[in-house]
Amino acid sequence: MWFFTEEHRMLQESVRQFSRTELKPRIEELDHHEGFNREAFYKMGELGLLGVIVPEADGGAGLDAVAATLVMEEMAAVDASTTLSYLAHTILCVNQIAVNGSAEQKQKYLPKLISGEWIGGMGMSEPEAGSDALGMKTKAVREGDHYVLNGTKTWITNGPNGDVFYVYAKTGETKRDISTFMVEREMKGFSTGKKFAKMGMRASPTGELVFENCAVPASHRVGTEGSSVKMMMRNLDIERITIAGISLGIARSSIEVATQYAKERKQFGKAIGSFQQIQERLTEAAAWYEACRCLTYDAAKMWDMGLMQGKEASMMAAKAKLQSAQMATQVALDAIQILGGYGYTREFPVERFMRDAKLIEIGAGTNEILRVIIARQMLGDVAELG
Amino acid sequence: MSASPQFFLEETSVQQEIRSLARKFAQKELAPLIEEDEHNAVFRAEKIAQLGELGLTGIPVPEQYGGAGLGYSEYICAIEELAKVSSSYAISVAVTGLPQVILDLFGTEAQKEKFIPPLASGQAIGAFSLSEAGSGSDAGALRTSASRSGDKYILSGTKLWTTQADSASTLIVMARTGEAGPRGVSAFLVEKGTPGLKMGKREKKMGCNISHTMEVLLDQVEVPEENLIGREGQGFRVAMTALDSGRITIAATAIGVASAALEVALQHSRTREQFGKPIGDFQGISFMLAQMGADLEAARLVVKKAAWLKDKGHPFSLEAAMAKLLATDTAMKVTTDAVQILGGSGYTQEFPAERYMREAKVLQIVEGTNQIQRLVIGRALIGNTEKKTS
Repeated sequence: MWFFTEEHRMLQESVRQFSRTELKPRIEELDHHEGFNREAFYKMGELGLLGVIVPEADGGAGLDAVAATLVMEEMAAVDASTTLSYLAHTILCVNQIAVNGSAEQKQKYLPKLISGEWIGGMGMSEPEAGSDALGMKTKAVREGDHYVLNGTKTWITNGPNGDVFYVYAKTGETKRDISTFMVEREMKGFSTGKKFAKMGMRASPTGELVFENCAVPASHRVGTEGSSVKMMMRNLDIERITIAGISLGIARSSIEVATQYAKERKQFGKAIGSFQQIQERLTEAAAWYEACRCLTYDAAKMWDMGLMQGKEASMMAAKAKLQSAQMATQVALDAIQILGGYGYTREFPVERFMRDAKLIEIGAGTNEILRVIIARQMLGDVAELG
Repeated sequence: MSASPQFFLEETSVQQEIRSLARKFAQKELAPLIEEDEHNAVFRAEKIAQLGELGLTGIPVPEQYGGAGLGYSEYICAIEELAKVSSSYAISVAVTGLPQVILDLFGTEAQKEKFIPPLASGQAIGAFSLSEAGSGSDAGALRTSASRSGDKYILSGTKLWTTQADSASTLIVMARTGEAGPRGVSAFLVEKGTPGLKMGKREKKMGCNISHTMEVLLDQVEVPEENLIGREGQGFRVAMTALDSGRITIAATAIGVASAALEVALQHSRTREQFGKPIGDFQGISFMLAQMGADLEAARLVVKKAAWLKDKGHPFSLEAAMAKLLATDTAMKVTTDAVQILGGSGYTQEFPAERYMREAKVLQIVEGTNQIQRLVIGRALIGNTEKKTS
């Protein structure tokens, strides 16, 4: 993008190098056996990636949302699974603590999380509260200097392997009575429930967080009681912008593999890239990738410049994520098609790209809920009637 | 087309009976195994034998060779129902049907009597081996050689993407007996256990893992001359005829898997509540379901028409290509949307939607990629142009 700085380009180069040496050699195996690249997180800690948008004063790299999106794109071009776990750690947990945590909370968690010693995650969705996030039922009841948590969170990235979680729970009766608590793995009454077997993103563990009379010290509450809805929504915006970067990375690699194949594979005496059907798919993919890239980095840049606030910011983030996620699934599907039988096998990475790409149409706000957000901003109350 | 006015949309009692037979079998015998077997890539030949006992493995071949003596209109009913539970077994039945259909059309009386009955009864499994590393869509460029030696042919080469070759008793192998290009290709029957016939690697795939995709190695395989199908040089025609028919069965598989995906999506839309009501009450979901239903219905009718044309002895290549293209593209779209409607649940292996989506993708590739279908359709519609370009 024209507004990338020298710093952005250096970051891009170093993440590219990291992905090639640390992620690429292991992803096929981890995808197959649903493993987790724990070592990569220590390495990311050394490179300063785990606190990429955390201010330097708090021990982070002090970079912007454009930088975070760039990291996502570069990593996901090789290994979208580890990138997704990285996003849950860095954007949903580390950044939330940095933005909303007390000095004491920051001191307690940020060094461990930014070095990679601990893995972090966030708990919002529940079995009955997916798109309807404010319909969550997990309760936190104050008892003396503790809160007692009861309930189950689901679809938690890094759930099975995380050390600390940024957890939302109800502290009152209305929809907006939501508070946040830092829950550590070893706390009594806390367990991680089942791990899900998934179609893709298989090297990014997904599971449940189960709270059974889990007593959390009041000092672990982030912010004041009942004040979390706004910071939850604000975080969803940066999550959506950066997760769109994962779609960009997957799409870019799909296009690269398919283009290379179209140049080399010969049928009917010539390279299949000479046939217009193949050209159509490749050119559409390249053009849509470029469009989504502009949309996503533009949203990141606007976020960084503070040009968007409130619902307007949510709408831009929703547009970037909606388009990029759909584009990546289509592009990955087309890449499989161009590679034919080979694309369907695990000898080439495009079938993995497709399985991974599909998740971004569901996680961090389904396509459907993003359309609701955009429609509300465009149509106001009229959109509420559906 | 010269379609006569007797193309009935209503299913005959025989078709309904076959559908019900296949559905019950799939639900009782296959459904409990599928998730686990797909995960471990386990194929069970005894399931094909059981299907054979029900008369479902030789539907379109004459009764005198152990078949049911029915048509593709009946055949697609069985395949569709199997695919609702398992695309892999639907494909297995379709592929076991290929050698039977080929022999019925091109085989000698002796070949028919020897090879069709075991396949038609499900006691034996069939395979069809055409593709090679360098010849996929460009089938006429295949390089496996068949050289004449006395009353035998010696086959040498490597075949790719052969479905269930590892369990097959009877393989039809395409090999070159003459000049370069399609006219130098011949078709042979190769029996399991023939010296020199070996299995190469089994492909690791995205889906349809029960259905093994094999590399087949032919190292100086001696095939008696009575195993040549048709005449020397007729092989490409044999292959193309087989593919024309095969396209109808793959299209039926696509209709089956798409129907199953739509069913799961409908079920979820009725029961899953968000914002205080079933998600099916939201237009974002209901319109998606509406489109899935409409696309599926349209594709289903084209498949039915292609089968009907074939059964009536009319030309059907064009409709078979259209059916394959529309049904498999629809299946891809419908299964992808089903995952979307189920959201996080759809992405996990606790629901079958993600499996359907992985299975649908291969249907756009096999039996002629959808690019090849467009080529076939385009050429047929446009006819000969003055200057032939690709």
